[in-house]
Amino acid sequence: MTRDGVSLHDRAAVVGVGETSYLRGSKDSALALQLQASLTAIRDAGLEPGDIDGVVPVGITGAPAEEYIANFGLVDLRFSAVVPHGGASGIGALQAAAAAVNAGIAKHVLVPSGRNVSSGDKAGVRIHQMPQFRLVTEFEKPAGAIAPAQLYAPMARRHMELYGTTSRQFAEIAVSTREHAGMHGNAVMTKPITIDDHQSSRLIADPFRLLDCSLESDGGAAFVVSSPERARDLAQPPVHLAGIAMGHPDSPSSITQRPDLTKVGIAKAAPIAWGMAGLGPDDVDVAEIYDCFTYVVLCQLEDMGFCAKGEGGAFVEGGRLRLGGALPTNTHGGLLSQGHMLGMNHIVEAVRQLRGTAGRAQVDGAQVAIATGYGDMGDGGLAVLTRGSR
Amino acid sequence: MTDDLSTGYWDGARRGVLVLQRCTACGHVRHYPTLLCPACHSDTVEPLEASGRGTVHSWTVAHHAFDPAFAGELPYTLVTIDVEEGPRVLARLEPDPADLRIDQPVTIGFAPGAGGTPVPLARPA
Ligand SMILES: [Zn+2]
Repeated sequence: MTRDGVSLHDRAAVVGVGETSYLRGSKDSALALQLQASLTAIRDAGLEPGDIDGVVPVGITGAPAEEYIANFGLVDLRFSAVVPHGGASGIGALQAAAAAVNAGIAKHVLVPSGRNVSSGDKAGVRIHQMPQFRLVTEFEKPAGAIAPAQLYAPMARRHMELYGTTSRQFAEIAVSTREHAGMHGNAVMTKPITIDDHQSSRLIADPFRLLDCSLESDGGAAFVVSSPERARDLAQPPVHLAGIAMGHPDSPSSITQRPDLTKVGIAKAAPIAWGMAGLGPDDVDVAEIYDCFTYVVLCQLEDMGFCAKGEGGAFVEGGRLRLGGALPTNTHGGLLSQGHMLGMNHIVEAVRQLRGTAGRAQVDGAQVAIATGYGDMGDGGLAVLTRGSR
Repeated sequence: MTDDLSTGYWDGARRGVLVLQRCTACGHVRHYPTLLCPACHSDTVEPLEASGRGTVHSWTVAHHAFDPAFAGELPYTLVTIDVEEGPRVLARLEPDPADLRIDQPVTIGFAPGAGGTPVPLARPA
């Protein structure tokens, strides 16, 4: 693989990961959860808080970098950035951290996140305070289009009408994701569900039923990015960033005005990330795909090239996404069942899979993992991660 | 909530007419309002009154009220419409047809919404 001027291929490694418990009704503040997860990730890497010289906070309620200076007593923070991509911010932060490490701006960049939904971090309220949703707030909220479920449902409906995709195919995603949450253990929802359970769950925003929708939950997740050279001397088996890219959909701030309702930003990012990695869909051992809604997984599978546009429904049938299937997906239970950690939990799980420490949900011998992000009506990111060598 | 950019839209909405932006430099018709024409980057526009004719592009039916103000209206249909002039609008659809389908013709007007704000209202043509 030749490295051109913009490639981050094998130029950064995820060296530490950390999570709190995922639950509802946490007594800890969002900041406390962010700091807990961060300390776990830093120590997981074999580092101390004072080693951190870069911070890229994730999430609209993410504390600014200054909070980490204050709480960790940092004396020389050399890099910070803001990533405004909603649920794609984890991948965006990984890209920014990798670029900073590759450029020599910082040695060890912390990417923290954490939320407490009981303190006003509910999606239907939060989005209308965000500049990215200005058009929705002015032109669509008065008609009753308020929450992400209602904004994304027309994308799914169009896909169903054009390609014959069915709600039972969405259910396949909900069922396998729930099964994985039970195997993982640290998850809000672990009780197994069936396709019939999905079909009898109440309609929220047709075609989305309750079991098509992700959870609102509390928790924290964080990771640390360093150079591959430094990673060799740290505590964990290195996980290398083989390829990464971000993409914005056409009409990023209005799904209504988007020329193709069935395509999201990752359609633009994926060819770049695959090319940088020198890998493609056939090489992936385990996939952690942003799953705010079941359909969003199906759409991203198509947009990343795992199957052609319109074939996602058939692709997810027959247990393909289950552990033991051809493409084990969301082995941690995702946003649908583990907890809504803005996709940061997807990155943490991809790293664990490549280390071989994913417990009962481990994919044997996983060498190539992907983590994706989707947020703010379609911003998308794809990270291709590989098991590094010492 | 209204600013200069969308004054034309809201003035039209109160009269029951869908008003779009037309670029006076290249003729490109756009919605939602933007400062610059994305086709030619001119900042000169004129209001364009839409014909009110369109076709169904997609839809959703709301069964859960994410805002208590809409609880009394459930279930309601939100329809994404291809407007004859090019852009789209998101409108409420009444009455709810049993078999909504893509490309179905609709007419677009306005009616007061839950908060008194004029809301695009589509009816099967
Ligand atoms: Zn123009």
